[in-house]
Amino acid sequence: MAIKPLTLSCYTVTNALGAGNAASLSALQQERSGLRKNDFTDCDLDTYIGRVAALEDIALPESLLEFDCRNNRLAYLALQQDNFTEAVLSARVKYGASRIAVFLGTSTSGIRETEIAYAKLDASGQLPENFNYTKTHNNFSLADFVQHYFELNGVAHVVSTACSSSAKVFASAYRYMQAGFCDAAIVGGVDSLCLSTLYGFNSLQLISEHKCTPWGKNRSGINIGEGAGFALLESPNNLNPETLNPDNLKLDNGTPENKDELQLLGYGESSDAYHMSTPHPEGRGAAQAMQAALDSADLNATDIDYINLHGTATPSNDSAEDKAVVAIFGTHTPASSTKGWTGHALGAAGITEVVFGCLAMKNNFIPINLNTIEQDATTKANIVLQKDSATINKFISNSFGFGGSNCSLIIGRKEVLLC
Amino acid sequence: MSVKVYLSAVSLVGPGLDSWQQSQAVLLGAQSYVRKDLPNFSPVILPANERRRTTPLIKLALHVAEQCIGADLSIAQQYATVFASSDGDHGITDKMCKALALPNRPVSPTNFHNSVHNAPAGYWAIAAEAQYNANSLSACNETFAAGLIEAAIFTLIEQQPVLMVAYDMPAPPPLDKVRHLDAAFAVAMCLSGSREANSLVELEMDLNYELDTQYSVCEDKALDRLRLGNPAARALPLLQAIAKKTATVTGVVIPHVQSSALNIKIKHF
Repeated sequence: MAIKPLTLSCYTVTNALGAGNAASLSALQQERSGLRKNDFTDCDLDTYIGRVAALEDIALPESLLEFDCRNNRLAYLALQQDNFTEAVLSARVKYGASRIAVFLGTSTSGIRETEIAYAKLDASGQLPENFNYTKTHNNFSLADFVQHYFELNGVAHVVSTACSSSAKVFASAYRYMQAGFCDAAIVGGVDSLCLSTLYGFNSLQLISEHKCTPWGKNRSGINIGEGAGFALLESPNNLNPETLNPDNLKLDNGTPENKDELQLLGYGESSDAYHMSTPHPEGRGAAQAMQAALDSADLNATDIDYINLHGTATPSNDSAEDKAVVAIFGTHTPASSTKGWTGHALGAAGITEVVFGCLAMKNNFIPINLNTIEQDATTKANIVLQKDSATINKFISNSFGFGGSNCSLIIGRKEVLLC
Repeated sequence: MSVKVYLSAVSLVGPGLDSWQQSQAVLLGAQSYVRKDLPNFSPVILPANERRRTTPLIKLALHVAEQCIGADLSIAQQYATVFASSDGDHGITDKMCKALALPNRPVSPTNFHNSVHNAPAGYWAIAAEAQYNANSLSACNETFAAGLIEAAIFTLIEQQPVLMVAYDMPAPPPLDKVRHLDAAFAVAMCLSGSREANSLVELEMDLNYELDTQYSVCEDKALDRLRLGNPAARALPLLQAIAKKTATVTGVVIPHVQSSALNIKIKHF
């Protein structure tokens, strides 16, 4: 039986392409990558990164200063784009402060603050006095910050399942709404650059010294990125379609994008139960997540017009995901990874790629698999290497993480009943 | 707004609280709580090669989880899981940040893959061959309430049994000074959305946003110190109510995020 669709009544992303949806949309349409040669503070690795410009200069409001860290600055920047703050404040009036849930994903939270504090240990080995672990690095910091920013006190938690984190929050939000524990939910996630992930992935020999080439013939690993994204989920029954989705985006040719309501139609979650940092070689868990998403949406594989791949560009991820995609969808459904634009935003990858899919759907194109010139001949999925216009009515977005954590989400246009 | 779920098994470990059975007298108030050092855990569900790669925090979480599943660990694969930890693995954070402060930044690959918050969930899935949903979350000091609600709503909506595990462990220095947890503590519960033959109690939960709510405490002062000293130990009043097999419905109030409260009514069968 299909789940009851939830409307994404507002959504926004901020990443290496810039702050807000318009920056990501124009880069996606113009095939302009946000990756740059690594210039992150204190990091001498030979790689490319997806860094958000000028985060260092962001100042949190006085009342929220205890949350100050790179991760929450990125959250703060993102919350102010695309009228997201206004949308939540108006939802708060409609539903009440305790009826809007906050479920956000992150993998490393504000660990950059702890790294900086460890680099400044005093002579007796103590951390600096002004270091606030609980409000910056503790995993809940992000949701705590967002609850304080909007003055909300409803259900909230931070999901931290590595790179599937900000996809799985959609499933939690659906369940809480069904159980009557909230009327709306802020979902999404934030992950920011830190030495832990840069040198950590490097220790596993998974960092590429080139711009990443998902599904590429000679792919050599990931580029780490940072990003933030949020979506406001509401029951379509509570919405006035006329007020949805402010027309702040324009197509290349200047016409406003279509105003269709976009909805979460399905989700699937699974565990590889195979290895902590390597996917099941046959993509077993990935296929289970995609099939579960189709089942929960009551759709067939042929109903899906576009697959946004996890596509990290490690040899093992892409090979396993390829097998899973082909097992469920065959070799025709257009598919691409958008990691070539942003790098791998880890705990923010799920929400980033859901919003990219929404932007593509609204503007009638399929993002190409940027940076990849020649597809690995051992893979069989239909990887989109050339730009093409296309109508997407439904897409699936894959997010897979360490610990074998898999999540697939299906987003579609609201069905319009023809009388 | 309330959910009703059914508990079929429960386990806990803390300093001086070795197991659910051994803790009965303390939980029931028949014996004073005496703190003792925790042993090193060695979960039998983990293959030896994986056991060597895991940390004390992962072993604590997996130990309490397998205690909850019981003698026949093969049934573990039928459960979805919710792993709830406020702080994650401080020992790993300390090792990683120390390595990152050194020249050449010698981060160990094993430490890095153990650093993810869902490391215990991942090791459990591998050991239990559990391929269903595994969630891993934090709500800081209110993580126990958040994890329990997540697990209860999951089992109700997805109609699948769920194993909820809440666990936290003190940090080594220098982190301990900026985030002090008093002792290690872990609790696990098997929950289902409908009453089964093995259901022990019904838990009915709802949230309360009144500002002056009084949270349940443990009468034994030493036990209450443990409750306040570890986010997972916020479960203790609920564990005491579960241990007390009374005919009447009892209620406990557990702290939830932003000063709200999780009300739980406990009905024994």
